[in-house]
Amino acid sequence: MSKLRTRTRAAVAAGQATGWLSRTLGKGAGEQVSGRVMLKVQPDVLTRLATGHRVVLVSATNGKTTTTRLLAAALEAQGEPVLSNHTGANLASGVASALAKAQTPSFAVLEVDERVVPRVFDALRPELLVLGNLSRDQLDRYGEVRSVGEQWRKLCEAHPKLPVVANASDPHVVWAALPADTTWVRLGAGWRGDAATCPQCGELLRWTDDGYSSACGFAQPHSDHHLDGSVLTLGTEKVTLDLALPGRWNLANAALAVVAATRLGVRPAHAAAAAATVTTVSGRYATYQLADGRPLRVLLAKNPAGWTEVLEYLAGIDTSVVLAVNAHIADGKDPSWLWDVPYERLAGKKVAVSGERALDVAIRLRHAGVDCILERDPIQGAALLPGDSVHVVASYTQFHHLTKVLS
Amino acid sequence: MSGAARTSAVRVGLVYPELLGTYGDRGNAVVLVNRCLWRGIDAELVEVAAGSPIPASLDVYLFGGGEDDPQTMAAAGMRASRGAIQAARDNGAVVLAVCAGFQLIGERYVDAGGEVLDGIGLVDAVTTAGSPRLIGEVVVEPDPSLDLGMLTGFENHGGRTKLGPGTKPLGRVVTGGGNGVDGVDGALGNRLVGTYLHGPVLPRNPELADRLLSWIVGDLAPLDSPFEEQLREERIDAALATGFARWRQTRHLARG
Repeated sequence: MSKLRTRTRAAVAAGQATGWLSRTLGKGAGEQVSGRVMLKVQPDVLTRLATGHRVVLVSATNGKTTTTRLLAAALEAQGEPVLSNHTGANLASGVASALAKAQTPSFAVLEVDERVVPRVFDALRPELLVLGNLSRDQLDRYGEVRSVGEQWRKLCEAHPKLPVVANASDPHVVWAALPADTTWVRLGAGWRGDAATCPQCGELLRWTDDGYSSACGFAQPHSDHHLDGSVLTLGTEKVTLDLALPGRWNLANAALAVVAATRLGVRPAHAAAAAATVTTVSGRYATYQLADGRPLRVLLAKNPAGWTEVLEYLAGIDTSVVLAVNAHIADGKDPSWLWDVPYERLAGKKVAVSGERALDVAIRLRHAGVDCILERDPIQGAALLPGDSVHVVASYTQFHHLTKVLS
Repeated sequence: MSGAARTSAVRVGLVYPELLGTYGDRGNAVVLVNRCLWRGIDAELVEVAAGSPIPASLDVYLFGGGEDDPQTMAAAGMRASRGAIQAARDNGAVVLAVCAGFQLIGERYVDAGGEVLDGIGLVDAVTTAGSPRLIGEVVVEPDPSLDLGMLTGFENHGGRTKLGPGTKPLGRVVTGGGNGVDGVDGALGNRLVGTYLHGPVLPRNPELADRLLSWIVGDLAPLDSPFEEQLREERIDAALATGFARWRQTRHLARG
């Protein structure tokens, strides 16, 4: 902080005071508002605050918060000072707020919203960019998947020497990261619903069990790094990812984080061991107790790709399930995506639907052949369900409401 | 074409779901099939994969919404199968075309760069890309010939669709954008509905689903749809509230 110019210091002080006020008034964590004030007082505050730090940016439609957390854990385990926007405040304001807290030169491992990456890139001058996946998400305000891929690609074209770690299994990510100095890791394809056509030529992509290719020559890049089950292969080395976090999708997040950590000099086994110690990420995966003592676990699902992974996980365990869905701006105001999600996977489970759009979910479940009870309050809904354990799968605003109420 | 005479299953065709399925369009196919099955009428969902010819043997053709590149791909496939679709139409097949699909059953779509994408001309309609994008809840008062209550849905598109002089719209827009011109939404033809109420328009408007089915199997026994009725009321209230707020705001601005 000592080297910062007076104006930057004033910006930070004003921002942090606003953040304190926001927290004191119980309005929230205050990260966004405090960063917004900093950016207002000094528009180039990001450039100034980032100076002296080793910046790593992590972006994706799904998994960016967790990947960021796991990568930060890997670096912290090496004894490195690490700062991070771990509350999920991933716009320019959240990044400013996180950077302003740094006391010493550190690794700055920052989660950045997909659309915000090009806007903050030049100010932050990252030494590594980590790109996970792209799929449909809140189409009412984000627009088409392809345009995000195009923006990332322009960035990589402008910085061909930029070190990138990217998911080779996602055609949109590959198209974006091809022009950069990219280390590919095959994470396996989950949701393919947005990758029917080739990002390069627009013709149909040919999908097989181990990849995709297009008539124009665009194809899944060759990679020595790949994830098979919980085993991550990095060239000649293999590490087992033994995570406390549930689900296949978190294995993919961890694999990406471990490969990114190795590009920053961490040994794979050390990075994997650090990832194994992470039990919750910004309230996600936390287990609470219902009034009757039964465990209640809260999962966040924001879009069809995320929901598909979560349902796959739930299908494999014995649990009752509450689906809690809102359609505020932060959830996406259009719940049409409910019809893209294979809720049929809940067959045989005891299910409750909650939240402001519970009726939309109830209709979807009826057509999936899944019976449900309708109870607008998800905690009440959980209490009404039988079974030894209950999982709540919540949309964004429902999730934040729940973690606030439960903790 | 009456229900009693029918022996074969109702074949509900979901055309190019990988390309024309951006907004949960599969929901429309699922609802049509289930509303048959729940009444003891045999029905099956037939997916027509992208790249395959569209068969003439379907009873319902569902064309859904899609992004730009996929829409171009879908248009090529639909044009190549125009003969089969027309033959099916001559035999009484029903068409529901939503958003990008609606644009493609028209004469043509002109994108923002002026490039022309030819449709299959099932309805006399021309779409041009416009700005701003029309995004939000929509309420449509359907054409009286359909004998239906208000339709509710969500739209998210940049198209401005002008209907030819002899073409009826699906209905009058009460709140929202619809075709973006003339205060109407969609198109209504012989056993044909086009609309910008995207994705799962039928889950939200089961009466419309039944109207489409009645064109194939004749009169239908009523079905209980309690959740659907509640949802419709909830969405109409929400959309009208937003519409009213918008109207008040404009009035306020106009008065300075």
